[in-house]
Amino acid sequence: MAFETTETVDCDILIIGGGMSGCGAAFEARYWAGSDKRVVLAEKAAIERSGATGEGLSAINCYMGQRYGWNTPEDFVNYVVNDMMGLAREDLVYDVGRHVDNSVHLLEEWGLPIWKQENGQYERIGRWQIPIHGESIKPIAAEPARTALGPENIYERVAITHLLKDDNDPDKIAGAAGFSVRDNKFYIFRSPVVIITTGGASNVFRPRSVSEGLGRTWYSVFATGSAYGLMIPAGVEMTQMEHRFVPTRFKDGYGPVGMWFQYFHAKVLNAMGEDYTETRAAELNKYEPYGSAIPTPTPLRNHQMYLDIKEGRGPMYMRTDQAMQALSGGDPEKMDQVRNEAWEDFLDMTISQALTWAAQNIAPEETPSEVVLAEPYIMGSHSGEAGAWVSGPEDIASDDYFWGYNRMTTIRGLFAAGDGVGAAPHKFSSGSFTEGRIAAKAAVNFLNDNPGRPNVSAGQVDGMRQTILSPLVTFEKHRGATTAEEINPNYLTAKQGLVRLQKIMDEYAAGASAWYTTNGPTLQRGIQLIEMLREDLEHLAARSPHELMRCWEVRHRAWVGEAHLRHLLHREETRWPGYYYRSDFPDLDDQNWRKFVNSKFDRDANSWQLTTRPYRDLITG
Amino acid sequence: MPTFVDPNVCNACAGEHLGPLCVYICPNDLMALDTDANKGFNQEPDMCSECYACVKLCPQEAINVRGYADFVPLGAIVQPHRTDDGLRWEVVFRDGRNFEFTYPSRSRPAGSVVPYDGFTEDRVGDIGNQNLAGDSNWLGVDKLPVPGAK
Repeated sequence: MAFETTETVDCDILIIGGGMSGCGAAFEARYWAGSDKRVVLAEKAAIERSGATGEGLSAINCYMGQRYGWNTPEDFVNYVVNDMMGLAREDLVYDVGRHVDNSVHLLEEWGLPIWKQENGQYERIGRWQIPIHGESIKPIAAEPARTALGPENIYERVAITHLLKDDNDPDKIAGAAGFSVRDNKFYIFRSPVVIITTGGASNVFRPRSVSEGLGRTWYSVFATGSAYGLMIPAGVEMTQMEHRFVPTRFKDGYGPVGMWFQYFHAKVLNAMGEDYTETRAAELNKYEPYGSAIPTPTPLRNHQMYLDIKEGRGPMYMRTDQAMQALSGGDPEKMDQVRNEAWEDFLDMTISQALTWAAQNIAPEETPSEVVLAEPYIMGSHSGEAGAWVSGPEDIASDDYFWGYNRMTTIRGLFAAGDGVGAAPHKFSSGSFTEGRIAAKAAVNFLNDNPGRPNVSAGQVDGMRQTILSPLVTFEKHRGATTAEEINPNYLTAKQGLVRLQKIMDEYAAGASAWYTTNGPTLQRGIQLIEMLREDLEHLAARSPHELMRCWEVRHRAWVGEAHLRHLLHREETRWPGYYYRSDFPDLDDQNWRKFVNSKFDRDANSWQLTTRPYRDLITG
Repeated sequence: MPTFVDPNVCNACAGEHLGPLCVYICPNDLMALDTDANKGFNQEPDMCSECYACVKLCPQEAINVRGYADFVPLGAIVQPHRTDDGLRWEVVFRDGRNFEFTYPSRSRPAGSVVPYDGFTEDRVGDIGNQNLAGDSNWLGVDKLPVPGAK
């Protein structure tokens, strides 16, 4: 397992990650880039089923319907800002909103079946959601990307672990490095433009199921926070890394609830039959002006349910039985239709929930199902807003939000999309695909304006190679110290590192077992422990390429965890009750904290700098 | 919810592909080939999200899922079977009740898409504006919106 071969790939645009954002970026980049430019995509799996949407989806959650007059991008910004309790980059959100319908219509053209109303318009679930027969949404999105780029430009099973900087300019990107988990090859990509489209982070916090169920995280277990793990150690300025999303989902299988709330009109009631949205309505008054927003922001709905559970009024049940009986009205044919739709919601996108129902003998028309608050997730595409601080679009962004190229990070030539872009939530599948496209067009623009090849010295390549392959060396060097490979005083396995990280995050960073609550001293203790973990992760051991990939995944997750702890400490308020609580600053404080918390890691000084950036109400103002 | 492979049915995709399709498709690098037995297997079950990518793709229907031991009682089956344009799901409850659900997942055959077909955006002249490729055909409105004032 020596990875004797180093393959050097020279290209003009490197897209890291082949999920929805990456496929969108590939499609758009190839359109605008001249035929003399090489566009390459690297992906750790196979793009037909990689990324968070690989399992499928039962709905597209970001669609304006501008052609039907349903919504404007301004409507979208108002909704998103309220749902985020006042904090989102309005320029970025508007930009996704104005472009996203193009992507949805193309996905339909490429073969995605979208439900229709009798008048021929798309069916609707809520204001922004449209139901789809979406089991194959990912292969459908991947096909044009693969065709357009050409298979020879798609490097699958290549795990990218590090970014390369230009030897002559530490603020300029020069490519990326990684390795193949199949071909025993070390990879260097030399590229003057890089677009990061990789995922947010599951499994940073200890999940509620910790044995086999470690894989049944709500967000994909293979979303390892590499969007952040690549950028943070490279010194990219990050924003809103304190933000997390705590999904309310069907218990254990983590089946989606949106269809149940918005399409079937089901209610969640506690064990006493009470509806927390009614019994706890007054609680919303503490969080004005967001408390009276319609719809009630997601964290506040979580918060109302949380209070019920904490007071011992659970279990909380989604009354699927009541909803389905009401919808069918005693008509067996109508019930067949509703049952068919209910099961499709899970079978399209969260099959384990269907299996959980079958195994627990739950027929939803007869038996209600438990819902819970899950463990926290740190992401930028769904209802989370962690990610890089990027330049906005030229025609919308204020001067301090714009530095030349849309979606460019604070490293020149390094762009981000999807989970990698901070303060731009509620993109979901279609919006992430769209943001990949936005970033890619801007990246081509940058490339045209900035000709020249990146400078990557042999010394940088050698150093990177040593760093990336070090877990294999560590294992070989120390394996003789023990009769049991898993217990060795000189190293940790990737799984052991992951469990340590999850314990720190759960107990110090307001995880589920801590009732999502923390305070300054607890966070400071957590930071002490995660600093030691970061040192220990220099001593990970790997016995195979597969384990080597796991080692770098936990390294990436640990960067996410540390950034999260530091950001949580910096924001002295409780802005998102239902996601987390600062017991020492229990109130929402718009006057002092309606601003973005940003951070940069300085590798040379081994230190973090935290700052704030002002809020610009470009649309809502 | 780990996948498992029926050794009596798996043929390691012999002669049909460059390698086993489950190994090709798994998004988390879990499915691997046991070269001694010449059978596929899940090498890290607690990292399996039961996305069913391998189950759906397996030409032999040799792969199924046994629900996570943490919380799924034994005895249920959720098994997809490919149809011309989607999947037919067989769902068997622990208590023996069973259902079938069939859903489409594609409205046109895989491999039939021609990228940029009919796109009119000028690849040189339009590079500096805010439009994305295909806007003129696919945005659904005549003009890309811009906010009222900067």
